[in-house]
Amino acid sequence: MGVEIKVNDLSKSFGKQLIWGDVTLTVPAGEICVMLGPSGTGKSVFLKTLIGLLKPDKGSIIIEGTDIASCSERDLYEIRKLFGVLFQDGAMFGSMNLYDNVAFPLREHTRKSESEVREIVMEKMDLVGLVGAEDKLPGEISGGMRKRAGLARALVLDPEIVLFDEPDSGLDPVRTAFLNQLIVDLNAQIDATFLIVTHDINTARTVPDNIGLLYHRHLAMFGPREQLLSSEEPVVRQFLNAQKVGPIGMSEEKDADELAAEAGQELPPLPPIPLQLDPSNGIPRRSQRPAGEWCREHGVTPPPGSFESSNAGLAPGA
Amino acid sequence: MATSAPTSLTSRALAPVGVAGNLFAFALDVFRGLFRRPFQLREFIQQAWFIASVTIVPTALVAIPFGAVIALQVGGLIKQFGAQSFTGSASVLAVVQQAAPIGTALLIAGAGGSAIAADLGARKIREELDAMMVLGIDPIQRLVVPRVLACMLVAFFLNGMVSVVGVAGGYVFNVILQDGTPGAYLASFTALAQLPDLWIGLIKALIFGVIAAIVASYKGMNAKGGPKGVGDAVNESVVITFLLLFVANFVLSMIYLQVVPPKGG
Repeated sequence: MGVEIKVNDLSKSFGKQLIWGDVTLTVPAGEICVMLGPSGTGKSVFLKTLIGLLKPDKGSIIIEGTDIASCSERDLYEIRKLFGVLFQDGAMFGSMNLYDNVAFPLREHTRKSESEVREIVMEKMDLVGLVGAEDKLPGEISGGMRKRAGLARALVLDPEIVLFDEPDSGLDPVRTAFLNQLIVDLNAQIDATFLIVTHDINTARTVPDNIGLLYHRHLAMFGPREQLLSSEEPVVRQFLNAQKVGPIGMSEEKDADELAAEAGQELPPLPPIPLQLDPSNGIPRRSQRPAGEWCREHGVTPPPGSFESSNAGLAPGA
Repeated sequence: MATSAPTSLTSRALAPVGVAGNLFAFALDVFRGLFRRPFQLREFIQQAWFIASVTIVPTALVAIPFGAVIALQVGGLIKQFGAQSFTGSASVLAVVQQAAPIGTALLIAGAGGSAIAADLGARKIREELDAMMVLGIDPIQRLVVPRVLACMLVAFFLNGMVSVVGVAGGYVFNVILQDGTPGAYLASFTALAQLPDLWIGLIKALIFGVIAAIVASYKGMNAKGGPKGVGDAVNESVVITFLLLFVANFVLSMIYLQVVPPKGG
């Protein structure tokens, strides 16, 4: 069973520049969460703060009773054993082949025999579809393969929390679809807490249980998928539906003139909410909620056509 | 701009102090890492082998002219005083006490240190070090400590090699080019030189090895800004190491000359 991450009043700045402030959220145990945000809003910084690679200026991150933001270096290395992290480019060790890369955490942290290591490594390699590429060096394979190898390495210690830093950047749509399916299947299988940082709306609309949106140096909204997909809040609505009309501009937020020019424009209606991606064996995940449940409970009428197909409401061309 | 100018000026003026502090803190971390188990024996042997392989040949090639220049210089000078019988002793002193550790240090910093900075810098910008930390492994203990120890070991042995090659080079030049007598050159070895001269040479070599490895590791692990950052890190690490080495050499020589009285003085 996964582990809950409680983030309280977190702020981070580089020098005088505030990256984001007062971020408070709880990533529920065993659920899949997506952290969204326009480019350059500090999503990766948020991820690195969660694993203690960067120290926040204030606030706390509580995991199993330990505050990552203020604990000692030794505790930090202990608590990190709960984590599996997939870096943007996989971050494979360039001097080792894929097999040694995936076996690395096992060899460093466990006293398993080489045959046990081999068994676990091959299982994870099979999971991400890399059997046969064990002897390749990270420099010899494509970005997509590096990503999958990074995923295998992140999973090898059976983590309680898995963090994904833009798993879909630089992947073609087919591979992205496969990777998303893999993420959902994995969650059904290992019940760990998943946090995905991305700006791919396709992923955000169909994969997670919860969505968070970082925008304009704060957390604009965090909640169940259906809450955000049916939200009328301008920023959330604009981002999740990839529209030009709204407060987000090309550089960052739009200036007053641009907003005034848009004042009369009518927003296009909210697209229907797609069905959540099911695990490939068809059995719902433990943390998965029935489609439309949140909307019914909170008296929200979902946009017409919702929950009918898993690719409803996709932005054209996406 | 006008209001922020003074603050940015002071912060820029104080930046080197901050860097020095960080470097020192890093050195303390490395020192603590020395005693943390498990010791990375494999990495240590690999690194020692690697550093030795990139430094042995250049060091030997540097040592020969080094010894020769000293022999020529000292030999010429000493002749004017009419003390040719002490040529051997003087050049042994100069080679063992100064030339050997400095020559070793230049090669350790230039060849070994730059390779370490480039290696760690490349790992840093490819997020490999982050990945390692996230996997619960301290890169200082896993990567830096074995490199520091490897540098010390290699510096220690290189120092011995430079001493031998330097003295031999001095002998050849003194005997062949300056018509010195072989017997006098060898016999005078112990006239001025003494055992502590050898110790200080070895201690210097060890300390220079530590400085070179720590500066290179620090610069490499703090590389930023893509491939160019790695190049900058290598460049800075070599320059900073050279500066520190000459300062350290000066201080160590001063202390040594005060503590150990010269023979026959």
